Amino acid sequence: MTDSMTNSAPPVVFEHVSIGFEGTPVLEDISFHVNPGETRILLGPAGVGKSVLLKLTTGLIRVDSGRILLFGEDITALSEAQLLPLRTRTGMVFQEGALFDSLTIRDNVGYQLMERHLPVDEVDERVREALRFVELEHTYDMLPASLSGGMRRRVAIARAIIDKPDFLLYDSPTGGLDPVTSTTIDELIIKERDVYQTPSLLVTHRLQDAFTMATHRFSVTQKKMVALPKGEINAMTSFLVLHDRKLVFDGSTEALVASENPFIKEFLA
Amino acid sequence: MQFAFDKLDTIAKRMILAVQDYSIFCWNAVGNLARSPHYWSDVMTQADLIGVGSLPIVVLTGFFTGGVLALQSASSLAQFGAQAYTGRFVSLSMIRELAPVLTGLMVSGRNASGMASELGSMVVTEQIDAMRALGTDPMKKLVTPRMLATVVMLFLLTIVSDTVGTAGGAFVAVFMSSQNGTQYFDSAYQALVYGDIVQGLTKPVFFGFIIATVGCFFGMKTTGGTQGVGRATTQAVVVSSVLIIFSDFIISRIMIWIF
Repeated sequence: MTDSMTNSAPPVVFEHVSIGFEGTPVLEDISFHVNPGETRILLGPAGVGKSVLLKLTTGLIRVDSGRILLFGEDITALSEAQLLPLRTRTGMVFQEGALFDSLTIRDNVGYQLMERHLPVDEVDERVREALRFVELEHTYDMLPASLSGGMRRRVAIARAIIDKPDFLLYDSPTGGLDPVTSTTIDELIIKERDVYQTPSLLVTHRLQDAFTMATHRFSVTQKKMVALPKGEINAMTSFLVLHDRKLVFDGSTEALVASENPFIKEFLA
Repeated sequence: MQFAFDKLDTIAKRMILAVQDYSIFCWNAVGNLARSPHYWSDVMTQADLIGVGSLPIVVLTGFFTGGVLALQSASSLAQFGAQAYTGRFVSLSMIRELAPVLTGLMVSGRNASGMASELGSMVVTEQIDAMRALGTDPMKKLVTPRMLATVVMLFLLTIVSDTVGTAGGAFVAVFMSSQNGTQYFDSAYQALVYGDIVQGLTKPVFFGFIIATVGCFFGMKTTGGTQGVGRATTQAVVVSSVLIIFSDFIISRIMIWIF
């Protein structure tokens, strides 16, 4: 991690952000921030604009109005060329993995390192380390097409974390996966959160994943995810809820559960 | 009536916007030649795919086009006792016009479609977004190497087509029209002047640029899932083929004016 992450400045700040496509508003007046070491879980029904919000965070889509600060820099004022180096400080896991299908797993995971022309031995070593983290070292020489959906997501996580990013973005990492595989992915995200303490923004519409994140921790000694003692909740995990283009909730797990907002009550039911 | 005008207005605006987008796209693709980083290994890979991969169809097309030119011209020229000019007719037609255009159309059918479908698939599966998220400019990594490789390889493929076409004409002239081979080649060589060669080798530079930029443009602008990829592929081949023939007319006019 870079020095900027050791201070208390929030790595991501949204200020009154709005965006629409072809005249249809998608997100309106969105404001929130992610603190250092914090994991923010963005909940909302399908099609509400969660993935759009995630792509706005790194400037993959541009805002219509408002401001987004990434590591303290206003990205709405930056050109694509100026954004590229800033994006290398983030890691992003896409909805379907978005692995480069013509490259091997080694080249996919080590892509960012190869772009920086690091020595081949160093790339090999760090790729193996990242693949070991997601327990897929044996897929090193395979092509993405020969992996299952869950394995592809795990490789995507390895690709996102290989360069020790300062901020992580997960776009529905468990979407379309069976419950067992989803739990494996959740465990990896919790492991990343608790071992490296990288701040992150996670998008999901699955409540089970969200509450697993809030009620579990990774045990380094047992090398697995374990439940927190009853009544205890991870303080560094908090929630955002999107509904009907607006951010209708921004707060802790306890506040979410106690919310009187009719939509949130129905969503959690 | 008003509805028809509104629709026409919308279509006209959309077309102008597309031309503007394409112009900016081409400007960026060319501008990247002067900006780091350069992906030379990708240029070589694309040169192999486009150049070596297209060689068989270019050789076959060139040979049979030269052959059919000799066949048609020999019978027409024989009526005026000018069969000895078959070589001149074949070489001039091939080198000035047919080799660049046919090679361009063949490579367009094979590679503009390939580029549009490959890049289009990458767009709809978010691989382009993933590339941007990893800090790589897709224009530099994917478009500029394809453009450079297509321009260089189409230039070389046209020379191959010129040679094979002239040889195809010779094969027909000697073995089917019973002409003298030396006379054929002498006539073919004597007819050519510097301007013919310049004209024939200027065209593939423009055609290569059109094939790569149109193919990549439609690929990168793909929307609408797998159906969109199919649509982008078809549009890329149609637009690049029409632009090749249109630009051929313009370049020919300019070249005739110069030489």
